[in-house]
Amino acid sequence: MALSKLDNLYRQVVLDHAMHPHHHGSLKRADHQMEIRNPTCGDVLNVEVALKDGKVSEIAFSGSGCTISQASASMMTDEVIGKTPAQISQMVETFSEMVIGNPPADYEKLLGDAAILEGVAKFPARIKCATLAWKAVYQAVGNENGEASAGIMRHEQL
Amino acid sequence: MVKEMSNYRADFPILQQKVNDEPLVYLDNAATAQKPKAVVEALEYYYYHDNANVHRGVHTLAERATEQFEAVRQKVANFINAPSSQEIVYTKGTTEALNWVAASYGATHVKAGDEIVISYMEHHSNLVPWQQLAQKTGAVLKYIDFTATGELDLNSAEQQITDKTAIVALTQASNVLGVINPIKQVAALAHQHGAIMVVDGAQSTPHIKVDVQALDADFYAFSGHKLMAPTGIGILWGKSELLADMPPLEFGGEMIDWVQLQKTTFKAAPWKFEGGTQNIAGVIGLGAAIDYLSAIGMDRIAAHERQLVDYLLPALLEIPGVTVYGPHDPAKHTGVISFNLDNLHPHDVATALDMEGVAVRAGHHCAQPLMEHLKVAATVRASLYLYNNLEDAQRLVKALKATKEFFNHGTV
Repeated sequence: MALSKLDNLYRQVVLDHAMHPHHHGSLKRADHQMEIRNPTCGDVLNVEVALKDGKVSEIAFSGSGCTISQASASMMTDEVIGKTPAQISQMVETFSEMVIGNPPADYEKLLGDAAILEGVAKFPARIKCATLAWKAVYQAVGNENGEASAGIMRHEQL
Repeated sequence: MVKEMSNYRADFPILQQKVNDEPLVYLDNAATAQKPKAVVEALEYYYYHDNANVHRGVHTLAERATEQFEAVRQKVANFINAPSSQEIVYTKGTTEALNWVAASYGATHVKAGDEIVISYMEHHSNLVPWQQLAQKTGAVLKYIDFTATGELDLNSAEQQITDKTAIVALTQASNVLGVINPIKQVAALAHQHGAIMVVDGAQSTPHIKVDVQALDADFYAFSGHKLMAPTGIGILWGKSELLADMPPLEFGGEMIDWVQLQKTTFKAAPWKFEGGTQNIAGVIGLGAAIDYLSAIGMDRIAAHERQLVDYLLPALLEIPGVTVYGPHDPAKHTGVISFNLDNLHPHDVATALDMEGVAVRAGHHCAQPLMEHLKVAATVRASLYLYNNLEDAQRLVKALKATKEFFNHGTV
């Protein structure tokens, strides 16, 4: 049956993250906050970030969304804790390349568990669901990092 | 000779393909309809034999192109029972048509304190132009509510439409709730209060017989692509005295009468609105689409879709966890059915259905205020047309059951 192809996208770990998202909620004290919308489906994602010694010390997200956007947000929050804004920018660029099917050589090392979302490349209509949270964190900490990279979020051109 | 409804499917080559290894079931007709060979061949014939710019040349090709371009106006007038072909304005689509009414008629007839009345079930294209007009003029934008079953609430219409109302704009068929609205009654209310009645026919014109005079509408807009014509062509119909009174919005070639250094006079309607080279092939394709639908008969198309809804709506409601928005009585429902499955996000459902070869729409359907009113972020939407059959409807039901199983138990 054709639904078996869905396993490439909805891996068990993806379903687990969507069902029990990590860092879901809000922070008592946030240095940065970003609310972002996916205009194709109306989903809203809010990301709050606290920094300590130039690194992400705490992060939380809230909002509604599909399995892919919620799982991706949950994985993103796991992976960016302890990272500097510059490191996060690099991760976001890597994620953005991965989901359009061009993962850089070190993507698994850079993205950790979130690398499992590479299957989304075979579902082009869902790329924006996967990148929503990464775009939000990028914009949230972007000011810490100076100007945004020109190559970021290449999928927006697709 | 009248063909059986099941025989028309063969006129649509695009439907004879596999998607994700499954035979395609196309149920996104409310977004756009597929094109029969007759329409594609009309475009091809025009470009291979008659292509020229209209209204200009004296040569034979220009004459042929102009004749076909203008003949479609009469076809459109007949199709919606407009009194005159000169009331048929070519536009890009419903959106442009409604924007023109707001920006031209609206800007010259609506003043601060006036009311513009629309409904909660409007597509953004029959909402945002009026919101913009209200912001520019200081008019008040008001909304007619709908009942618990998703039908337009005529009591609410009576309350919202007052002597201050200048424009009432309403969709004839909802692109989400799958209802046909009582345009005639609302138009009577509007006219009692001295307002004009603008009708968005994007979702109704492809599926039911439309008679703008019987509806007593003042303006009526629809798109070609939803009724099997190419994209980029649509129609604004307006009563001739209203069109005569409307200033054009695009200035340039074709639409002028006489240009002097400091002033210009314009052609009469409809040509004064059609600045620049028009979508001539689109117009010819629209003519072919109207011929195609008319040969089948709008009443037969409506009856065929009714039969499918009679099966599909109860079958969807029988699946545990399915919520259908709009009436649950098939007799009150068009071929547009919006629903959600369990707590699954519509995008997840639509991706799963796509893997089964079933094409549906998922999202807010350009009706965010309606989604807010229904208290949902988005819905799945299946929408039927004349080439769909019982097997398509059964495939959707089967695929939904498999989707439910997959997400609930992680198995297929």
